[in-house]
Amino acid sequence: MRLVLEPRAERSVAAAIASPLIAVGLTLITMSILFAFLGKNPLNALSVYFLHPLTDSYSLQETAVKATPLVMIAIGLSLCYIANVWNIGAEGQFVIGAIAGSYIAVKTQGTDAGAWVLPAMLVLGALAGALYALIPALCRVRFGASEILVSLMLVYVADLLLDYLVRGPWRDPHGYNFPTTAEFDPVATVPILIEGSRLHIGAMIALVVVAIAWTVLGRTIKGFEIKVVGAAPKAARFAGFDADRLVLFTFAVSGGLAGLAGIIEVAGPVGHLQPGFSPGYGFTAIIVAFLGRLNPVGILIAGLFLALTFIGGEQAQISLKVPLDLTKVFQGILLFFVLACDSLILYRFRLITTRRATDGIA
Amino acid sequence: MLDQPQPPAGTQPLLQAIGITKLYGSFVANDHIDLDLYPAQIHALLGENGAGKSTLVKVAYGLIQPNAGELRWLGRKVVLAGPSQARALGIGMVFQHFSLFENLTVAENVALGLPAGETFAKVSAGIAEVSRRYGLPLEPRREVWRLSVGERQRIEIVRALMQNPKLLILDEPTSVLTPQEADQLFVVLESLKAEGRAILYISHKLDEVKRLCDTATILRAGKKVATCDPRRETAASLARMMVGSEIGEVKSAAGDKAAQPRLVVRDLSLTPDDPHGIRLDRISLEVRGAEIVGIAGVAGNGQDELFGALSGERLADSEAAIVIDGRSAGRLSITQRRRLGAAFVPEERLGHATAPRMTLADNALLTGHAVGMTHDGFIDRAAALKVVDAATKTFDIRTAARNPEAVSLSGGNLQKFVVGREILREPGVLVVSQPTWGVDAGAAAVIRQALIDLAARGAAVLVISQDLDELLEIADRIAVMFAGRLAAPIDSKMADREHIGLLMGGSSAQARELGHAVGA
Repeated sequence: MRLVLEPRAERSVAAAIASPLIAVGLTLITMSILFAFLGKNPLNALSVYFLHPLTDSYSLQETAVKATPLVMIAIGLSLCYIANVWNIGAEGQFVIGAIAGSYIAVKTQGTDAGAWVLPAMLVLGALAGALYALIPALCRVRFGASEILVSLMLVYVADLLLDYLVRGPWRDPHGYNFPTTAEFDPVATVPILIEGSRLHIGAMIALVVVAIAWTVLGRTIKGFEIKVVGAAPKAARFAGFDADRLVLFTFAVSGGLAGLAGIIEVAGPVGHLQPGFSPGYGFTAIIVAFLGRLNPVGILIAGLFLALTFIGGEQAQISLKVPLDLTKVFQGILLFFVLACDSLILYRFRLITTRRATDGIA
Repeated sequence: MLDQPQPPAGTQPLLQAIGITKLYGSFVANDHIDLDLYPAQIHALLGENGAGKSTLVKVAYGLIQPNAGELRWLGRKVVLAGPSQARALGIGMVFQHFSLFENLTVAENVALGLPAGETFAKVSAGIAEVSRRYGLPLEPRREVWRLSVGERQRIEIVRALMQNPKLLILDEPTSVLTPQEADQLFVVLESLKAEGRAILYISHKLDEVKRLCDTATILRAGKKVATCDPRRETAASLARMMVGSEIGEVKSAAGDKAAQPRLVVRDLSLTPDDPHGIRLDRISLEVRGAEIVGIAGVAGNGQDELFGALSGERLADSEAAIVIDGRSAGRLSITQRRRLGAAFVPEERLGHATAPRMTLADNALLTGHAVGMTHDGFIDRAAALKVVDAATKTFDIRTAARNPEAVSLSGGNLQKFVVGREILREPGVLVVSQPTWGVDAGAAAVIRQALIDLAARGAAVLVISQDLDELLEIADRIAVMFAGRLAAPIDSKMADREHIGLLMGGSSAQARELGHAVGA
């Protein structure tokens, strides 16, 4: 007997839905084994990760807070990935957006600047993210450079720029030499949705972004263009779609969304600019995009799920005494299984008995 | 019943295939096929595209394993785990799609197909020896990309012959050759036969098979229909066996041929983006309304580049180089040209004319978005589906569902869709490349008729085709393309095959002489 992968005649819709679920299942099994090796009760550990955060309203709100940047970034990334261009540097665009938006917050600090401050910060953050993302896009279109490498390397440039600013010119003079800006003024802060929580209007913006992406991809000629360029470049050219311009477009949109998410994060839950304000949202969003099958609604669900792993990871660190890095291990395993399970959409397993396989050959 | 050809007396089949069955998923590519190949015989394997010919020869060459059935070599049962085992037995193969490295030389390419450890000097000497013996001239040190298609095929043949095969399999060898090159190939094949080698000759061209082959096995839809002596059959009876029914005749229609030119190409020169592409050299052409002009030529002489320049996938250097219905269009995008009433059907059905994994409605939108099907950037799905329904009905496209993925259609049905999608828009100018390439005879007749009818309604139709018979059947005038240049069009009623064949081979001087001789 042997197991073979056999191509399917038509793409399987059932497998397309089942594949991320199977991936999550396999990840949970792998994590259980890992917990067992660490000497923890796997069931107990998994419930700390995934069930405890769902039991109190604080954790639920925190999940939404963490899902907000993940969903916004992942929506932008999904447009790139559908068009078969690879923006891996959303983390850098996220940081640059935060820096650019913070510029206004820092410069208006302590003045009587009015209500224009926050909208201006959001616009500038999105704009800066878009421009930063256009660097790898232009390098690819003009010089044929790999957008994967260039966008990834620009993440470190952004991180170092952030480091320089908060240790140097933007450091809070009353901050006991900690590398951070002063707390933003109220006019430079994202309004809270529910009094007493950290849930802010960024969550609403993320939902609007999901709705717009869903409409664009499903109903408009632009969405069709993105899909055709990704699926069949030569047919896209024949349709009159310009692949180079689409590279610039998808990078600008995804960079803009990452930048917007960055400034919302800093002007919202964090409240000031500091190094390491992102726990790697820009990278985790890549997993969110794929786990959500590059579908806006799927991304919303996947974003909430991965946000859960951040909360669960923090709780596990406290109650189980396991390292926080386990969350990253978890996310890495999940991406691995998501990509592996995708082969089920175009292929199916078949068990072939030894008899049939050699019948007539031997 | 058909005359069963008698096997040569006292000889044993060299290769026997017994009950070969090959399944791809639920699709039966070969259904219990028997085949006997004798030494010193040219055996034709006839069938339409998709009849299972390529699958059968891949089994015989060890490239794929059958699900059932067996092969016997000189009466002994053999299992071919791979092509190297087939070669070790004495089976050589020349593929339809060449497996050559463009940037390597002839000798390097040949050496790659030989067992490791041969020195270049030895390989080059071997090439010289084989090419002298069979009259297959080759320059061992030339790089492949500089060679014509006919020369590339020679490399494949020489490579196969250097292993001294007892059985040589050729898959559609003349599909890329000019009539004259094909004649040269036949001489080589005859001399191989005289040496006692068996040849399995795969083709769908009946005249060739009648002329060359001793035996023919005909496949249809994966099954063996008959084995016969092709010299004792008529082309019509062979075609009937191949297709399974009579094929409708294409009727030409008399339009007003004196109409205005609707597509004009003036001194179009273009350097290709691809370093291995062909440079277009001062191409000029006029296609009037109600006229079909054919562009003949061996593949790779600039037809792809010309199609790209006409469609706007590649822009011309000057605005005036291309004129569509009186409007200069050389610098216009493909979308803008469609808005001027032009329509285009490229050669490659999957991946160029359609996105394979998208539905037919999406693929209708692919070209239709230029001229409707959208409102303020939003897609009108109903309009796209209407085109699918109309095309399905008008052109008898057989699909399993109302709106399936393009890749799930057979070649003929998908071709009817990509042609139909454009014709339903009633374009004023239609440029179509290889309209019936790899399409079954029934679908080919429907498509040719649709082109003729479109021209009769006043459109200018430009057909680029390698199939000279097709052009002689439907075109009013034929121009031959060679090495990026286009010869002056000839009235197709006055055209003779030999004259066009010489032009296709690039010998315009000879062709002129012949033209004078014919005219005199």
